[in-house]
Amino acid sequence: MTSPSTVTPQAPAAGQVPTIDPGSLFRFATAGSVDDGKSTLVGRLLHDAKAILADQLEAVGRTSAERGFGGGTGRLDLALLTDGLRAEREQGITIDVAYRYFATDRRSFILADCPGHVQYTKNTVTGASTADAVVLLVDARHGVVEQTRRHLAVVSLLRVPHVVIAVNKIDLVDYDQEVFDRVTADATDVATRLGIEDVHVVPVSALEGDNVVETSERTPWYTGRPLLRVLEELPTVDESGRGTARPFRLPVQYVIRPQGGTAPGLDADALRDYRGYAGQIASGTVAVGDEVVVLPAGRRTTVTGIDVAGTAPVPGAPLPGEQLTEAAAPLSVTLRLADDIDIARGDLVASADAELPEPTRDLVASVAWLGERPLQPRARVLVKHGAATVQAMVQDLEGRLDLEELVLRDAGTLELNDIGRVRLRLASPLPVDPYDRLRRTGAFLLVDPATGNTLGAGLVRDA
Amino acid sequence: MTAIPTAATHDHGPAEAGVHSSLDALEAESIHILREVVAEFDRPAMLFSGGKDSVVMLHLAAKAFWPGRIPFPVLHVDTGHNFPEVLDFRDRTVERLGIRLVVAGVQDYIDDGRLLERADGTRNPLQTLPLLDAIAANKFDAVFGGGRRDEDKARAKERILSLRDEFGQWDPRNQRPELWNLYNGRHTAGQHVRAFPISNWTELDIWRYIERENIELPPIYYAHERDVFRRDGMWMAVGEFSAPAPTEPVERRSVRYRTVGDMSCTGAVLSDAGTVADVVAEVAVSTLTERGATRADDRISEAAMEDRKKDGYF
Ligand SMILES: Nc1nc2c(ncn2[C@@H]2O[C@H](COP(=O)(O)OP(=O)(O)O)[C@@H](O)[C@H]2O)c(=O)[nH]1
Ligand SMILES: [Mg+2]
Repeated sequence: MTSPSTVTPQAPAAGQVPTIDPGSLFRFATAGSVDDGKSTLVGRLLHDAKAILADQLEAVGRTSAERGFGGGTGRLDLALLTDGLRAEREQGITIDVAYRYFATDRRSFILADCPGHVQYTKNTVTGASTADAVVLLVDARHGVVEQTRRHLAVVSLLRVPHVVIAVNKIDLVDYDQEVFDRVTADATDVATRLGIEDVHVVPVSALEGDNVVETSERTPWYTGRPLLRVLEELPTVDESGRGTARPFRLPVQYVIRPQGGTAPGLDADALRDYRGYAGQIASGTVAVGDEVVVLPAGRRTTVTGIDVAGTAPVPGAPLPGEQLTEAAAPLSVTLRLADDIDIARGDLVASADAELPEPTRDLVASVAWLGERPLQPRARVLVKHGAATVQAMVQDLEGRLDLEELVLRDAGTLELNDIGRVRLRLASPLPVDPYDRLRRTGAFLLVDPATGNTLGAGLVRDA
Repeated sequence: MTAIPTAATHDHGPAEAGVHSSLDALEAESIHILREVVAEFDRPAMLFSGGKDSVVMLHLAAKAFWPGRIPFPVLHVDTGHNFPEVLDFRDRTVERLGIRLVVAGVQDYIDDGRLLERADGTRNPLQTLPLLDAIAANKFDAVFGGGRRDEDKARAKERILSLRDEFGQWDPRNQRPELWNLYNGRHTAGQHVRAFPISNWTELDIWRYIERENIELPPIYYAHERDVFRRDGMWMAVGEFSAPAPTEPVERRSVRYRTVGDMSCTGAVLSDAGTVADVVAEVAVSTLTERGATRADDRISEAAMEDRKKDGYF
């Protein structure tokens, strides 16, 4: 089916919006240079997936008409659906990430529409850090440009599981297969050199709607699926690692000791000795009876309980407890342990039978530098990892990524938006995993001790 | 081993562990955020209006710290134009949970002249000053809000942890990057943080969760008969704060509320949805956003919410 060339307001008809729980949650972010059409594509996706409600569409229609979009043809500027700040609408650019939500009958999506300007790379890194996939736009007329390479480098650095390259504005190159093939070859070459494994390429016109939700007749040479179908079928990362050997990790966020006051309906006396270690399972599964190690101290103990609050039997009734026999990532739970050992926020509970993270005071890490002032060797920073924050010093800057050649080169500093590799010395040991193996326990923030601002994204490398 | 009162042993056997619905994922994320903020801040508080989003947020807090009590007070900015059913529900809820309620009253500010009643009579924009004063007076350093990114396009741009200066202002052009699930709440004296644990929930998620968890809500969220009149395309209740003009005929209709706020600018929708299951079905096929359908204050301009947030609003 050919997509309509003019977008007219269209509300979802009753029954078209899925009412069932579509199961898993899939997060994706947009990337690509400014004006490649990211916001328009997102708007088109939402529109054609019937995820825009009538009043939102009306507001977009009014603003589009006021601004003379499409020269009085009644066309909608779909980018207005996510460019939600006044400055963004006035300048016609995206400054910060906008989050939008939609569901098809296959799954629920959280999408992050990111800016394209180099100066807003920190916002693109924000959007990509939690993404299951990045949709990277390339303008068919311009092909791969510096920002394409930068964003692919970010995707590779953050180990975003999937990349979908949308070769956009295919209407402006007359739906020419040769152009598409050339851009595809260039982009996949960069991706391959960066070690990105799962790459899909789709020719689209965000403005006209070709291959966004429906397969376009204007690209008969393209035999793949339209963008939305690709996104519906990409596998999510299963942090629980069922079937794989993903080890159990739980950073302790908070120690629950209810002597001060118990939840309604509970007997304070019965809970006098209760101690629960609350946290979100970052990886793997845990079962009652499992042997675990509490790091960095290295004490061994056994899991005696996995507590969560259950569902009230009737509205307004006190919450009953539920004792799970087993729980998996990404659930937030409270663990009880056999031995009365000293455990505090910042400790990590890990399975004793798999490879353990080695508590270390020396980190080798890749860094996406997001600070206004350059990173200098010997700088003092704070490292925030899991629920722990420690002081650190930059011992050595091992190099900076050259975006042309995609190799690490010697550098004296890291400037805003650079990617590099550093060696950090920590004031106290942290139990880290290599980021490539476990994202959640291999990631950390670099924080400015003076202002409290976030300076960079850190990813632990195998030393 | 400690004795824990248990209703049922929920056995997530090996075949089930690791298979989670989108609601499970959202709940786990929200509980993680609640625990992070409570662990890292000295004096957190939660905004609680009795509206469905704040009720769900408070329920998540009860789960996050169970079997302990919710370890912070709740703060209500009372416009003086509340639905009596909602105030009653608010008081019963804090009583049941055994937590402290701090009320900041817009009416007090109008009575002593610190705030002036607006010509249109709506009070939502007047909440900012009492809110900021209550934050300063109680030395709250983190305030949980029930804002959801799907509500409005300015909210869609805000981080989960949002740094505010001493005037409570949000600077949308200068937000900290927020990476993975590592939340940086560092702030200097005078600054505070607004935390939005249910940022990623949609209106439909909220209702499906209310159904799944048996969460009690004020009765006005469900269909009931009420005297209403039509104004600006919305159904307004006849009441102390919203009287019909002579040209606005009063009708008795079956209505419910999709949001609860200032009675003078919150409209009802015609509905026969009397149960939570009915509401879930209705929301799933709704063709209007909840704010578009029911909030006069957000229809004023494309940037109404952004402007209020820049001034220190929720
Ligand atoms: N002809 C054509 N124009 C497009 C297409 N996609 C986007 N545009 C236009 O390109 C410009 C930049 O789009 P925008 O979505 O703001 O780009 P962003 O900076 O990547 O978010 C706008 O004028 C769009 O209307 C397309 O597929 N075809
Ligand atoms: Mg954009």
